[in-house]
Amino acid sequence: MADTAGGTRDNARSMSLIVTKGTLDWAYPPFILATTAAAMGLEVTMFFTFYGLGLLRKKLDLEITPLGNPAMKMPMAGMHLALPNLLSVLPGVGSGATAMMKSLIKRKGVASIEELRDLAVEAEVKMIACQMTMDLFEYKLEDLIEGPVLGGAATYIEAAVRSDINLYI
Amino acid sequence: MADRLLDAKGLNCPLPILRTRKALQGMPTGATLEVQATDPGAVQDFAAFCRTTGNELLESKSADGVYTFLIRRAA
Repeated sequence: MADTAGGTRDNARSMSLIVTKGTLDWAYPPFILATTAAAMGLEVTMFFTFYGLGLLRKKLDLEITPLGNPAMKMPMAGMHLALPNLLSVLPGVGSGATAMMKSLIKRKGVASIEELRDLAVEAEVKMIACQMTMDLFEYKLEDLIEGPVLGGAATYIEAAVRSDINLYI
Repeated sequence: MADRLLDAKGLNCPLPILRTRKALQGMPTGATLEVQATDPGAVQDFAAFCRTTGNELLESKSADGVYTFLIRRAA
């Protein structure tokens, strides 16, 4: 039995998450919740499907886009500014927004996704890579980090049906 | 005086909690850990973490923008 630092694994509560999005901003909620739940003694299962599957690739190159995201107001020049879609489609605007977000992340003491993912693996979070998505997007097992198992919807449902918390992100 | 000190100042959610859990794992039952953080959300988070894991929050205080938590490791 793992040392849970006070958490009781005997009657462990559990959480399962479906991770469907693969942009830099959307990568945060599942990894933050998974690592924290594991730290609080829960058994955690993450099912990576569609664009979420990309978060398991060895080399992450995550980006954000302000396109179609009017809620994305970044702190700039003492204000919070959103970019109109008309500007967001211009070349370089997406990579500029990504660079700005990454610099904010560093400056505010927010963990990188790579760091949170390492911590999730270390905390024995169970990771399921959606086999259908692997096939669809032509990913190979060797493209992914060590640890995830290949599975499908039934593998997720088995974990979800006995979970206290189920989230779709 | 706590048995161990963890400096989580400047770190944002969820790192103070994750570092705390890691520190507690390496400590014997009954040992005390003092955590210093600057993330204001930590006040609620450390209380919730301790209630859920059974570790005892002996003290929670703040001074000059630094939040200090004293935790006793449960069995």
